[in-house]
Order: sequence, then structure tokens, then C-alpha cells
Amino acid sequence: MKEYLYYPGCSMESNAKAYQESLTSISKPLELVLSEIADWNCCGATEYVGISLTPAYALIGRNLALAEQQSNGTKTVVAPCSACYLNLAKADYYMRERPLLEKNVNTALSAGNLHYNPGSLEIRHLLDVLMNDIGLEEIERHVVRPLSGLRVAPYLGCMVPRPDYEHRWSDPEHPIELDQLLKVLGAEVIDFPLKTHCCGGHMTQISPNTAFELIRRLISSADQYHADLMVTLCPMCQMNLDAYQTETNRHFGTNYHMPILFFTQLIGLAFGMDPKDLGVGLELTDASAALNKIGVEVPKEEPKPRRKPRKKQTGLPMPKMPGDEEAE
Amino acid sequence: MSTQPIVSPQDTNPNVRFLEEVSLKTAGVSRLEMCIQCGTCGGSCPSAADMDHTPRMLFAMIRAGMREEALSSNTPWMCVSCYHCVVRCPQDVHIADVMYTLKGMAIEAKLYKDSTAPDFSQTFVEMVENYGRSYEFGLATRHYLRHYPLRLPNMAPMGLGMLSKRRMNIRPRKIEGIDQLQAILQKAEEVEAVS
Repeated sequence: MKEYLYYPGCSMESNAKAYQESLTSISKPLELVLSEIADWNCCGATEYVGISLTPAYALIGRNLALAEQQSNGTKTVVAPCSACYLNLAKADYYMRERPLLEKNVNTALSAGNLHYNPGSLEIRHLLDVLMNDIGLEEIERHVVRPLSGLRVAPYLGCMVPRPDYEHRWSDPEHPIELDQLLKVLGAEVIDFPLKTHCCGGHMTQISPNTAFELIRRLISSADQYHADLMVTLCPMCQMNLDAYQTETNRHFGTNYHMPILFFTQLIGLAFGMDPKDLGVGLELTDASAALNKIGVEVPKEEPKPRRKPRKKQTGLPMPKMPGDEEAE
Repeated sequence: MSTQPIVSPQDTNPNVRFLEEVSLKTAGVSRLEMCIQCGTCGGSCPSAADMDHTPRMLFAMIRAGMREEALSSNTPWMCVSCYHCVVRCPQDVHIADVMYTLKGMAIEAKLYKDSTAPDFSQTFVEMVENYGRSYEFGLATRHYLRHYPLRLPNMAPMGLGMLSKRRMNIRPRKIEGIDQLQAILQKAEEVEAVS
């Protein structure tokens, strides 16, 4: 069993729900225990640092301070989102590199009775943990439905392999880790030349035409390589390529159809899990045709929100609510 | 600090130290002084075509003390933070972080023009300051309504898709320690103002 502190980030509870659901599902067989940092806040994405330096780093610093406080035997913080991963890693690194920043951030944190000692945590991306701590052999051991015949384009985007302060990745522009993982799952992996090119980031909001061009390059390249789908590890990349694909097609008068899923969803499918438990079907660019190739049906119906079972009243006496009897 | 005073203390032109100022305001050690004007940054940049100046030109302008021109450039606002230039720079200049610094300085000097980006960042920050978490639904609708109302009909299906797939929360989520966070951010603003 491997235990880590977990920083989900805002996307995991909204646009990247499928990432969270599939991660939760695959954690069980892989014996990966992720303890969420209690009351974490937004990392500031790429916005706050462009406004004001000290507040931006204090915002990240609160998360690091909480993580340090709550670290129970482990000092590794796992982040699944690229921007969150980079912001946490960057704050930790720059606070070490620049004593003035460390001083200013800790002065700000003291207003909330917090303190962070840079270097006391290890910030790592989920893929890094799966590759290097869990290991490919262990992952391969759980594969019961190999993704044979599925042509996938591995797509990492920018902020995980770059700037890579701690030299955790094989290459900043053409890292091979995601390819290796997908091969172990049985997929046919394309040597995707744009695997770390930009998805446009926040440009969909502030300069849509710039974003559409960057999105077009990626999906047209994947299409030229006859990929059935793209596989990513970043909520922003997934959202831009998936949700803005229709708009990009309209902008250029093209007709691309390139579904994009999270790598955790493909791991779960290869593990033979129910697509419903992996958030499959939440993508806006339909992945049915691609997944039919490996015999997976994309759930059509929205899964109904599961009702929380009421706790048995064995503790303190609580006021009775209508419906309590039936629940018991 | 890596920067050495290279100008006479008697020089009253504030722009003579502009390079040093940008460097000092950057998180970490910027190494901006090390730029050799090779242009690898602009050649690696996916959005260079939309920039007023390539990063290389912008850094030359900063070195030349062209404060107003540099802070009015759209270049920092077109940076997509992809870090291609950062890993390719032979001098290890922290280019993406310098771009963030220039954005902040441009906002402070009220020199940004023709871009909705500062407003987007500021709205994002306001939401984080109010809730502690980002709030995409509020952010995206407010931003599109304000700046691209004519694009809204095209974007509506995408928004509805995100909502119906439960991928966007209509209401923001607030963290428990919002008071603590606000106290920290307020203190940080004070520190920023004097540093």
C-alpha cells in the first residue's frame, strides 16, 4: 500500500470529474491511498501570478503549509492537474531559490497562523507516482481487457514535463512515460510529435482565435496519424480539445472528430472496470466508435446521483428525520 | 542577488534600471540579464504570430529601458505558459515567469490595452478571493457576456453540454478557511506593496 497527500485542484470536482472518478476507481486495485489535504484552496492557475507576485505565492503557500501540517508519515503531495502540479512545485522551488520570496510568503502565511518550510514536501504528478512508485509491472498485472487494436495519441500538454525543476521526466519535449504506460495496457501507441504542444490554455477565454489554431494543430495531427482517440493527463487539455472541438471545427470549416480521454480512464478500462465507474460518457466529443473497438459500450444514460446512505444512529442522540426508519 | 548596480547613482532617469526592476520583481532568479538575443524563444513560441514583439525583442526593449513600449506590448498577454522557450533557452532565462512579472507591472502602470486578458485574470482572482476555489461557470459566463456577447450563441451548446454532463457547477464552492485565506492574501498585498 502506498500513501500520499492528495491535492485534487478545482477541475477535479467540476470539468474533470471523469478524471477523479476514474482515479478513485483504479486506486483500489493499485492500493494507492490518497489522503486529500483538508480545506485546500485554488492554486491560482495561470492567472494570479500575472496580477501580483506575493499574493499569488501566498495562495499556493497556504496549500503547502496545510499539507506540511497534515503530512502523516508521507511528505509526497500528488497532484493530478498539470497547472496545480506546476504551481505547487514552482512555489516550493522558488521559495528555496529566492530567500526574499520565502520570507514574504511566510510573513503573509503568518496572518493565518501558518508556515511553510520549503523543501519539506515532495511535489509529484500522478503519472510519475504510477510509473515510478507503483510501476509498470504492477499495472500490467491487473490488465484483463487489453486495449488491443486501439490507436491512441499520448498527449501530455505543457506543464507536467516542463519546466521540470527536479528532473523527474525522461525529456521536456518528448517524454516517453505516457507511451510506455499505454503500451502496457495493450494499446497501439502513436509516436505523437505534438505530445507536449500547447492546447491553448486560457486562450479559449481571452483570445479564442489563438486557441482554436492551437487546438486545430493537435487534433488534425492526431487525425493524420489515424488515432482513434487522444489520451491526456491534464484537465485543461482535455477540456480544450473536447469541449471546444465543435467550435474549432466551425471556425475552420473542418470536420474532425477526435475523442480525448484521461489516462486513468484507459487504465480502468484495461483493468476490466465498468465504464460508468470511470466517468466514460462525460466527454462531449463522443468516444463510442473508438471504445467499441475494444468492446466497450459508452454508457448512454446519465448515472443517477447516488444517495448517501444514512448513518446508523449509534452515537449521540439525534433528532429523527422523516425517512430514517426506511433507511435502517 | 545576481544583479549588480551597473548605472551611476546620479542618473535620474528611472528607466535606466528597468531591466533590474523587472528581474527583481520576478519569482525565483529570472536570469533575464543573461539573454544573448539568440531568438530561440520566439522561434519556439506557439503564439508568437499573434504577438506585437517576440520575447527576444521584448527583452531587448527592457534592456534599452523602453518601459512604456514594453509594458504596452501584448506579448506577455499572448504567452500561453507552455514553457517551450524556457527549456530551450541556452541561458536558462525564466522567460514565462518574466512574462508574468510584465503582466503585473503593466496592470499596475495601467499600460495594457486591446486585450481582455487582464480583466479575465482579475475576475478569476476575485472569485478565488471570495470562495477559495475557482468558479468556472461564473467566470466564463461573465467574461463572455462582457467581451464576446456575439459569440455566446455559438458557445451556448458547449456550456449546456458541460452543465448537463455535470462538468460545471452552477454554484461556487467555498472553503471553510476562507477568513484565514483572506487574512493571508491581505497580508500578502501589504508585503507586495512595500517590496
